[in-house]
Amino acid sequence: MTAIVEVSDLTKRYGSLAAVDDVSFVVREHAITGLLGRNGAGKTTLMQLITGQEFVTSGTIRLFGQPPLENAAVLSRTCFIKESQTYPDGFKGEHVLRVASWVFPHWDGALARDLVAEFRVPLDRRMKKMSRGQASAIGVVVGLASRAELTIFDEPYAGLDAVARRAFYDRLLADYAEHPRTIVLSTHLIDEVADLLEHVLVIDEGRLIIDAAAEDLRGSATTVSGRQADVEQFARGRDVLQTDVVGAFASVTVTGLTPSERAAAAAAGLEVGPVSLQQLVIGRTRGTARQEVAS
Amino acid sequence: MDDERPIFLQVAELIENQIIDGAMPEGAQVPSINELAAFHRINPATALKGITRLVDAGLLFKQRGIGMFVADGARSRLLDQRREAFSEQYVRPLVAEAAKLGIGSDELAAMIRRQAVPALAAQRWRTTDKEAGR
Repeated sequence: MTAIVEVSDLTKRYGSLAAVDDVSFVVREHAITGLLGRNGAGKTTLMQLITGQEFVTSGTIRLFGQPPLENAAVLSRTCFIKESQTYPDGFKGEHVLRVASWVFPHWDGALARDLVAEFRVPLDRRMKKMSRGQASAIGVVVGLASRAELTIFDEPYAGLDAVARRAFYDRLLADYAEHPRTIVLSTHLIDEVADLLEHVLVIDEGRLIIDAAAEDLRGSATTVSGRQADVEQFARGRDVLQTDVVGAFASVTVTGLTPSERAAAAAAGLEVGPVSLQQLVIGRTRGTARQEVAS
Repeated sequence: MDDERPIFLQVAELIENQIIDGAMPEGAQVPSINELAAFHRINPATALKGITRLVDAGLLFKQRGIGMFVADGARSRLLDQRREAFSEQYVRPLVAEAAKLGIGSDELAAMIRRQAVPALAAQRWRTTDKEAGR
């Protein structure tokens, strides 16, 4: 396994706030990794640190084995598409693509033209005059056509509608299959991307709380529902992410059930159901928020 | 794709189902990894894992540079496996639900017979249709 990004004991403080709090992980070569978490969890700060746009408070980052800060050799192999990219005054869409074609060594102009047509990007319009969706589409075009060895998408689709997002996922998958490369996708639309991901990182309040293969996370949590007394008895002593009660009926989301425990629950007349990645992340990240309110 | 089971298993099962119902006869070419990934909108590594499982089980074979094909005898081996799993996978939950509703075993058997007659007739009709090459 080759690690494209290696982060060790990384902390970034703004005053007393630890935006990134003692985080360690690797991003594996040629995988699509999802960086998930709530708004303000520290995802964007983390990506800015990885791409050398911020100074670390402590810890180390290796990008292609080297420190990223002011390191043109590794940054030229990296494409970072962020939600609210700013452009020089007077820049039109066509200027953005021209600059991108100079910056990225693997730039594919034909692919870029194709994507511009698909996403209906008005290239002759000034970036400042573009709608959010159009500006996002430019970012998507640059991110895909750059074919950078490491491409990081930070919430790439503000203002993109469902049709355009679907087109983005399809084009990303198709181009990734033809030209395997390392992709980090940060988003809160977890349901939409869940099946695209090979690895999942979840960050919450600056801390990394999940670092696992997407396949291992599937089935790692289970919803068990039925008569409240039965459900409560079953849930006792287990890791419960969420509890819902309506009348005499209860539903709990629990982690780490073995197949035989699931079968036992079903045999006891309880309903056993799957938990999506999105529900799992919500369960994990809401728990911490609740504890904070309580303390 | 459902949320419960690993996606690679679901990919493998869908291909198994096509082998069983004859949509992919022995010797037929199986879609490529990239085609499967694009169709199911899943990570290509996941599609590869599903296909590898079928190759390892001897149900598919690889021809270097050409693609993946359904192996001889794949259908009958799959049928044997599925028959073995049938009782556990389908009959047990059926009996459990029937017990919950107070449906006795005679009544359950009668219900199954009532459902089975038209279903089997339709199945037989489809098979003769296929054999006639229509």
